[in-house]
Amino acid sequence: MNRTDDRPHLTRAHSLELLKQMIRISRFEDKCAELYTQEKIRGFLHLYDGEEAVAVGVIPVLEQRDRVVAAYREHGHALVRGMSMKAALAEMYGKREGCSGGRGGSMHLFDRATNFYGGNAIVGGGLPLAIGLALADRMRGEKRVTACFFGEGAAAEGEFHESMNLAALWSLPVLFVCENNLYAMGTALAISESETDIHAKAACYRLASEAVDGMDVVAVEAAARRAVHAVRETVKPYFLECRTYRFRAHSMFDAQLYRDKAEVEAWRKKGPIVRFQGWLEQNKMIHPEDVARIEAEVAAELAEAVAFAEAGTWEPVEQLTRYTYAETAN
Amino acid sequence: MPAATAPSATIELTYREAVREAIRDALKRDPRVFLMGEDVGRYGGCYAVSKGLLAEFGPERIRDTPLSESGFTGAGIGAAIAGMRPIVEVMTVNFSLLALDQILNTAATVRHMSGNQFGVPLVIRMATGAGRQLAAQHSHSLEGWYAHIPGIKVLAPATLEDARGMLWTALEDPDPVLIFEHIMLYNMSGKLAADAGPVGIDKAAVRRAGRDISLITYGGSLWKTIEAASALAAENIDAEVIDLRSLRPLDDATIMASVTKTRRAVIVDEGWRSGSLAAEICTRIVEQAFFDLDAPIGRVCSEEVPIPYPRHLEEAALPQTPKIVAAAKAALGRA
Repeated sequence: MNRTDDRPHLTRAHSLELLKQMIRISRFEDKCAELYTQEKIRGFLHLYDGEEAVAVGVIPVLEQRDRVVAAYREHGHALVRGMSMKAALAEMYGKREGCSGGRGGSMHLFDRATNFYGGNAIVGGGLPLAIGLALADRMRGEKRVTACFFGEGAAAEGEFHESMNLAALWSLPVLFVCENNLYAMGTALAISESETDIHAKAACYRLASEAVDGMDVVAVEAAARRAVHAVRETVKPYFLECRTYRFRAHSMFDAQLYRDKAEVEAWRKKGPIVRFQGWLEQNKMIHPEDVARIEAEVAAELAEAVAFAEAGTWEPVEQLTRYTYAETAN
Repeated sequence: MPAATAPSATIELTYREAVREAIRDALKRDPRVFLMGEDVGRYGGCYAVSKGLLAEFGPERIRDTPLSESGFTGAGIGAAIAGMRPIVEVMTVNFSLLALDQILNTAATVRHMSGNQFGVPLVIRMATGAGRQLAAQHSHSLEGWYAHIPGIKVLAPATLEDARGMLWTALEDPDPVLIFEHIMLYNMSGKLAADAGPVGIDKAAVRRAGRDISLITYGGSLWKTIEAASALAAENIDAEVIDLRSLRPLDDATIMASVTKTRRAVIVDEGWRSGSLAAEICTRIVEQAFFDLDAPIGRVCSEEVPIPYPRHLEEAALPQTPKIVAAAKAALGRA
C-alpha cells in the first residue's frame, strides 16, 4: 500500500458521509437526553457531544475483521461501527431487543456482528481486554487491528501503564485511541497528572505515538489512516491522542461545578460538526439542501429507533439469571 | 478386597507434577492453549509447577509476563474471548487482588452483560493457603471470596487425581474457571493411574464414608480432616469426609445427603470464619436440612488475624487436626 493512500480522499461523497455520521451521533444523543428526562432511559448516561470527530474519524478506517473496544461514553462508537440505532436505543431502554439483550444499558453496548466488545464502565478496564484480543490475533497470525478507545482519565490507572508495556513488549496490533477531553468526570487533567501530555506517556513505553486535533474530523481521519496502516503492516501498537472536549456534563447527574460556562462556550465554537460543516460550506462542497437531507434521513432513522425501542419487550423476570453461565456446558 | 479385573499401571508423582502433566497434556491437545504468568517460563514457576515446559513448548505458549497482574489477567480474558484457551497463572492468591478488577468486573460479567454474545473460556490458576511461614501477604485463603462471584467457577483440587484431571475439564468449560492449588499440597506424593485423565468438576466427593458425623472440607484442609477422621475412628467415631472440590457452584446434593445421614456436621475451611465459605455451607445446611440435624453445626476456620510469620503462631492460626477432632467430638456431645 502506498503511503499516499493513507490520506483521506475528501470527495464530496466522503465529506457528506463524515458530516452525516457526526450529525447522526449528535441527534441520537440529543434524543437520548430528552428520553432520559422522560425517564425512558435510566442509570448513567454519558454523552459524546463534542467528541464525535474521534469515533467518526477513526472507526470507518477499520475493516470489518478488526475489533473495537470502547469505554462507557460509547454510543457514537457503536453507531459508527455499524450497530443500528434501533439496537442501541432499545438497549438503553433496557429492552430485550437491545444490542445486549437489555442487560447492559448505555454503558455496555456489545455487538458480536461488528466485533464490538463493549461498553466497559471501569476506567482503564478495556485496555487489558484489547491486549488479549490482539494477543490472540498475533498468536494466530491474523492481521486484525484492535482499536481501543478510552478517556485521558484512564492514563492515571495502573491498567493503562500495564497495557502500554504489554502492547509494546509483545508487539501487539492495538490502536490505542485516547479521547482527551481534559476532564476525568470533574477532575481536570492539570490537577490529576504530573505529565499532562498523554501521548508522551505512551512514547515512554516505545509506542509510536502522536497527538491530533480531535475536533477536526479530517485531521483525525488522516491520523487514523496512518495509524491503522502502521499497526497492520508492522504488527505493532500505535497510540493516538485525540485532543477534544465534552460539551455536556459528564453524566446526567453532573452539575458541572468544576468548569466555567465560558470555557464550554469557547469550545463549542470549535465543535467538530459546526467546524466541518462550516468549512464544507465555505468551500462550496455542500449545499444547504445536503444538510437538510442529512437531517431528514437522521430524523427518520431516529423516529424508527424510538418506535422500535418503545415497542420492545421486557425480558421475563424468570430469565433473570440466564447467561450468568453458558447454557450448554461442554 | 476382591482383586481388580485389570489393575491399571500406576505412577508415583507429586501434586506439583500432576498439575504440570495436566498443563502439558492441555498444551499438546489443543493449540489454542497457552500458559501465561509471572516467572512461568525461565524461572520454571514460583512453585516450580511449569518447570521444563518452556523448553518443550517455547516462549509463545509458556509466556513470561511482567508483574502486571491486572494487565495479563485481562489479556487472558481478551484472548479467551477471541477464541484462545489461555491458562493464566497468578503467583499467589494475595497477588490476585491486583487482578480482581479484571476477574470480577470483566471475566465474570461479560456473558451476562453482553446478552450471551461473548463468553470467557479462561482458566486462572493460583496458589493459596498457609503453612510455609510466608507471613501475612503470601498465606491467605481467599478462594471463599471468589466463590461469592456469580459468573465464575471455583475449583479446589485436593488430590493427585484432581490436580491432574480438573484442568482439562476447566479448559473445556465455556466460562471462566479459577483453580486454587494449596501450597502445602505441591510436595504431596502418591500413586496415580498412568492413564489418569480429565475428571468432572461439578460434584463433591465422599473421601471417607462414615455414619456419625459429616466433616466437610476442601483443598489443603482435606488431609488434616482425613487425619482427624482416623483419630476419631480410634475413639469409635465414624466420620464421613466430604471434599467439596468445587467451591462454586457448591454441590448441595452431596452435602445434604451426607448430613441427613449423619445428622451432624463440622465444616473445615482455611478461610477466616467471618463471612466465610464455611458460613455459606452452614447456612445452606440450616436452610435445607435443619430438621435432620441433631446438633449445632461446628466450624473450624482460620483465626481472625493476618497469618503471622513464626511457626507456632502460624500453626495456631490455621485449622489443625486436633481442632477438627475437638469440634467433631463437641458436635457429638463427647467433648
